[in-house]
Amino acid sequence: MSGPLLEMVGVTKSFGPIAALHHVDFHIGKAEAVGLIGDNGAGKSTLVKILSGLYPPTAGTIRFDGREVSFGSPLDARSAGIEMIYQDLSLCGDLDVAANVFLGRELRRRVGPFRFLDRRAMRRAAETAMQELGARIEVDRITGELSGGQRQLVAVARALQFEPRLLLLDEPTAALSTEKIRVLMSVIEQLKSRGVSILMISHRFTDILHVCDRIVVVRQGRIAGELAPRAQPADRTMAAMHALMTGDELGAAA
Amino acid sequence: MSMSELGSLSGNGGTRLAGLARYLGGGRDTPLGLLAILILLVIILSIGSPYFLTAVNLLNIGRGIAIVGLLAVGMTIVIISGGFDLSVGSTMAASGMVAGWLAMQGVPLPVAFAAALALGVIIGLANGAIISYGRINPLIATLATLAIVRGCGYVVSGGREIVISNQAFQKLGVGTFLGVPYIVLLLVAVFLIFAWLMPRTLFGRYAYAIGSSAKAAQRAGVPVARWRITYYVTSGALAALAGLVFVARTGNAQPSAGAGIELDVITAVILGGTSLNGGRGRLSGTFIALILLGVINNGLILMGVPAFWQQVVKGSILLVAVLYDELRRHRVEEA
Repeated sequence: MSGPLLEMVGVTKSFGPIAALHHVDFHIGKAEAVGLIGDNGAGKSTLVKILSGLYPPTAGTIRFDGREVSFGSPLDARSAGIEMIYQDLSLCGDLDVAANVFLGRELRRRVGPFRFLDRRAMRRAAETAMQELGARIEVDRITGELSGGQRQLVAVARALQFEPRLLLLDEPTAALSTEKIRVLMSVIEQLKSRGVSILMISHRFTDILHVCDRIVVVRQGRIAGELAPRAQPADRTMAAMHALMTGDELGAAA
Repeated sequence: MSMSELGSLSGNGGTRLAGLARYLGGGRDTPLGLLAILILLVIILSIGSPYFLTAVNLLNIGRGIAIVGLLAVGMTIVIISGGFDLSVGSTMAASGMVAGWLAMQGVPLPVAFAAALALGVIIGLANGAIISYGRINPLIATLATLAIVRGCGYVVSGGREIVISNQAFQKLGVGTFLGVPYIVLLLVAVFLIFAWLMPRTLFGRYAYAIGSSAKAAQRAGVPVARWRITYYVTSGALAALAGLVFVARTGNAQPSAGAGIELDVITAVILGGTSLNGGRGRLSGTFIALILLGVINNGLILMGVPAFWQQVVKGSILLVAVLYDELRRHRVEEA
């Protein structure tokens, strides 16, 4: 079966009289990495929040894997196979690593009419997940006591734990050192090779240029244009991106 | 004794301490410091007063903390989840009034008790719903329900207390099993059950998660509002249970029961190491703090300190506990 993994048709989102997204048509292919770029308030966060189940769209349809979907909550999106890694990572600092990896989808075992947390199984699975990411982090460490890079890995491990089809990343590189960014980017390449699609919001054009197959520019709630970074030299892509973001038609034509 | 022997001895002591820490719940926030203070105080009071370490006195302490203890279990869970419940005292009084009145009308005791617990659940539901859906600060919301429920208790009763002549009801308050009062056994059972459930169930896991970051929990798919309501309902039901204990012990149901008891409850919870910011705390800590406060209170009486001073001491302990909590939080933030 071909066709895109995700397709948004005519999606609009209004907050009272203010429309954050106007009739947006957007798609992501299987195992494709798409970068989403735009100024503050352009609508990129709104788009991602709709996909992660935090906001329902005001109008329009979303198809995921060929079927029309509507997410009432983040858990709906997660069970459909869409995971999100937030800019602030959205971890609970007082819980240990294993508890964060399984937050919202804890493994439980049944004892008579009751269901108890299966702490050992979660611990073991979290250990495996951290090892697969090449991270040496004990899973009973309190998450709030880890370094920024380690916390990022915990957030990645959580997103990957349930084998997502689509991974949404909100400014994944904002809080990381150059070296950590390189590690994260290699993780993203690995995911692509495993068939996972990726949608990444980023301000750092250079990161996006290296891993994305396609870059979509949003401006004032609409899709302003698309770029194929692999088809042209990096400086041409950069110039075109800036032009689309600011609405400078001359630049866009170039 | 050589130095190496000394070293191995203290190392041994270390593992034994660690073993005790694991027994008390393990890892962070284990109330070992508090336990040490309690033991020290018990030793001092045993030396200071021949009466302190008698069975009669110790059981008196147990009876004295039973009501505050039941309320503190619910309060600990609510505060861990990032909330606050000031309405426990008035919920306790109102539930006691309901049970007392029904018992005096000849309604079977189990039905009267069920009705009292139902009232606690309803008040908890109201608290939770107002806080979750109305997005109102829990301090203000439960301060309001505190006043409303207390007021209703006075209106309905006309301010009169109900004297209970039901023998079976009173028996529950004064009866003992193997020398230990029922109400002390009830307190210990409630503590053990909830302390066992907290690390093993979604109920406990989500209390810590929501208290740590409600936003992160929400984004991970935790139904935050529903669980918050569950924690207030737990607190309400335990307050109703405390109301039943009050009536059984004193033999009358009063609309003024438990006025100002929040101070004692919150002191026990915060002194026990539960953070006012939510996300961390332990029932074992609350339990030890509760006993510590009971012993301090008892010690003050044994030493003949006037009752008015006891309030001052209690307030000071709360202040120290809050300062310590604040200090610990800053240390974590700097780390």
